[in-house]
Amino acid sequence: MAPWIVGFSVFIAYPLITTVYLSFTHYDLLEPSRWIGLANYDYMFSHDKQIWPAIYNTLWLVVIMVPLKVMFAFGVALMLTRARAGVGIFRTIFYLPALAPPVAAALGFVYILNPATGPVNGALRLVGIDGPLWFNSPTWSKPALTLLLLWGVGNTMIIFLAALVDVPRSLYESASLDGASAWQRLRWVTLPSISPVILFAAVVGTIEALQLFDQAYVGATVAAGSASSAGDPSNDLGYPENSTLFYPVLLYQQGFRFFNMGYAAAMAVLLLVVSFAITMFIVRNSRRWVHYAGVGR
Amino acid sequence: MRRITMAIATAATLALGVAACGGTGDSGSSNDGAPVSKGTKLEAANITLWVGFTQRELGVVKDAVKQFEAANPQVHVKVVGGINDDKIIAASRGGKSPDVAQSFSADNAGAFCGSGAWINLKPYMDRDGISDAIFPPAPRAYTQVDGTRCALPMLADAYGLYYNEAMFKKAGLSGPPKTVSQLVDYAKKLTVKNPDGTLKVVGFNPDMGWYSNTPANFGPMFGGKWVDDQGKSTLGSDPAWAKLLTWQKQLIDWYGYDNLVKFQAGLGDEFSTSNAFEKGRLAMNVDGEWRTAFIANEVPNMQYGTAPVPVDDDNQSLYGGGYTTGNIIGIPKRAQHKEQAWALLKFLATADKAQVLLSNGLRNVPTTASSAKSPDLKPDAKFETFLKIFGNSHTTTTPITAAGSAPQELFNSFVDKWQAGRVKDLQGGLTDLDKQIDAQLANAQGEQVP
Repeated sequence: MAPWIVGFSVFIAYPLITTVYLSFTHYDLLEPSRWIGLANYDYMFSHDKQIWPAIYNTLWLVVIMVPLKVMFAFGVALMLTRARAGVGIFRTIFYLPALAPPVAAALGFVYILNPATGPVNGALRLVGIDGPLWFNSPTWSKPALTLLLLWGVGNTMIIFLAALVDVPRSLYESASLDGASAWQRLRWVTLPSISPVILFAAVVGTIEALQLFDQAYVGATVAAGSASSAGDPSNDLGYPENSTLFYPVLLYQQGFRFFNMGYAAAMAVLLLVVSFAITMFIVRNSRRWVHYAGVGR
Repeated sequence: MRRITMAIATAATLALGVAACGGTGDSGSSNDGAPVSKGTKLEAANITLWVGFTQRELGVVKDAVKQFEAANPQVHVKVVGGINDDKIIAASRGGKSPDVAQSFSADNAGAFCGSGAWINLKPYMDRDGISDAIFPPAPRAYTQVDGTRCALPMLADAYGLYYNEAMFKKAGLSGPPKTVSQLVDYAKKLTVKNPDGTLKVVGFNPDMGWYSNTPANFGPMFGGKWVDDQGKSTLGSDPAWAKLLTWQKQLIDWYGYDNLVKFQAGLGDEFSTSNAFEKGRLAMNVDGEWRTAFIANEVPNMQYGTAPVPVDDDNQSLYGGGYTTGNIIGIPKRAQHKEQAWALLKFLATADKAQVLLSNGLRNVPTTASSAKSPDLKPDAKFETFLKIFGNSHTTTTPITAAGSAPQELFNSFVDKWQAGRVKDLQGGLTDLDKQIDAQLANAQGEQVP
């Protein structure tokens, strides 16, 4: 048997099949699972009032945060290709945040965006603006998390950078000779050339958005002022007002705090299906705008 | 998320593996879950105790264990600190299990008891003539589920009101408020605003979700009941909760919600030397008995007092009670030496000597009625307030359910919206919340939700 089959079976197929099986059971982590048919799915779609805010919040990230992240990473990479001096230093500076652990980064942003003592609102006050409540406001909590995720965009930025320096110079020279402006060179040379990378960044960004947990958990509990211990029921998951109750946060709450692992497995199955559907949607639509070198449309 | 999915998958794999292997470690004379006959000599054994305590506090637990070993030299105890409930749950499914496990989360007793992960202690207690009446009603309640006593309380937390005496004196106030109307009156007198209208010092912060402010801690002020006799949620049907929330919201609105949120955001962490009460940014605060030790260590010259939480003006007989919860200790079903484990557990949870040593060292409330009156407890008037609260008949705890802290967390989530002014129909919202909690509990027990 080929080694990959062993790895695939142990790490992918068996856990996946088991998760699907557990979604049809009552399983509290301590007792053997008990078959309950579609009860978990019935609860999910008919009774769980937390799942819809969780789905809304997660889709908000997919629709708002992912495009911003792709554009920001692309923009930073584009700037770095234009830099005349100190390129190595700037690359390092822009990449460094990607190395920060998510928990530390979240703590840092809660501090920076603290509405009372944070430097951002302090600076805004100097110019006469009463800054928002950021992580303490249901309107601003997701934008605050988006800023945090944009700050840590280094990995995507590096991939864009590699793609940009790989675009043949001859294409730009030809376009320039034909009188193309900077915008036209970007629109008709750069973007088509790196479109496979844009697709990659969009798919990976979407999957990351669907899986966001650490930053949301830490940001919410610290901003609420209740971050004492992980299992403390006073920890306000989703604070403020369920605006950071993302799907993985709810899944964690059900599985590990409510001992409701069968239901958590059902949620995981739904997440898998939705992730697959969104990815397929992006990939299928990409045929119209992604160009692969040497492949005709 | 990927990690969570993998965790689920890994947990499932482990669970199936364990199930396939069948039960382990449940054979042998002292290991079958049934106690040996009374008077049988305790056999020599090496046993393991898992506790959540670390550093200095772990040392206190080890000191208590040394006393047990001195009395039972044939039993050697290995004490492992820094254990959380995830590890206890994992050990219940497979791998090496401790003989005795202590958890900080009384909320999880429902899972440990209901699943049989921890053994029923009643046969041991009956054999040794130990009645659970030695514990006050609240800890007696949070260590059993549906009549199964799978745990004993091992030290508790009781919550009361801390007030800054220096600020009281400056404001012309002489003693702690005893009713919620007095609390509001005092809070307004003690609040100091900056010239721009922001809050400099807050008299009393009613925001639930911040520090130790929770519905569980505030509930005893109005006598709120969490469940009825059938275990159904009563947050909507018990008018005490609507009264509490209405009172709380009025005080929040007096400060201004956004103003209060900004004030909170500028305060230090609850468990740091920047704690708002210790820093003089709060004149009154509801907190646990442990704060006395923090203050003694961090701001020893602070002038403060402790008292029971103020209560509903229309139900002043509630005064003296409060909220309590605490540590629980039990014997996992896969423990190898259950008799020795029971001997240790019995010593730590019921012997006055151990309770007093632990209470003096950890400054938590001892959990037996007799040890709470022991002359060997370190005298401290401020701490004594909490001993009285703990023993008061109006002191309550939160319901123990198979779904852990679900009722509290769902209530927290509702209150979060309420205090921000996003719930227009309080009574309707609470009634819906009851349905949501009941549905959650039903689903968490594998029942079809009606």
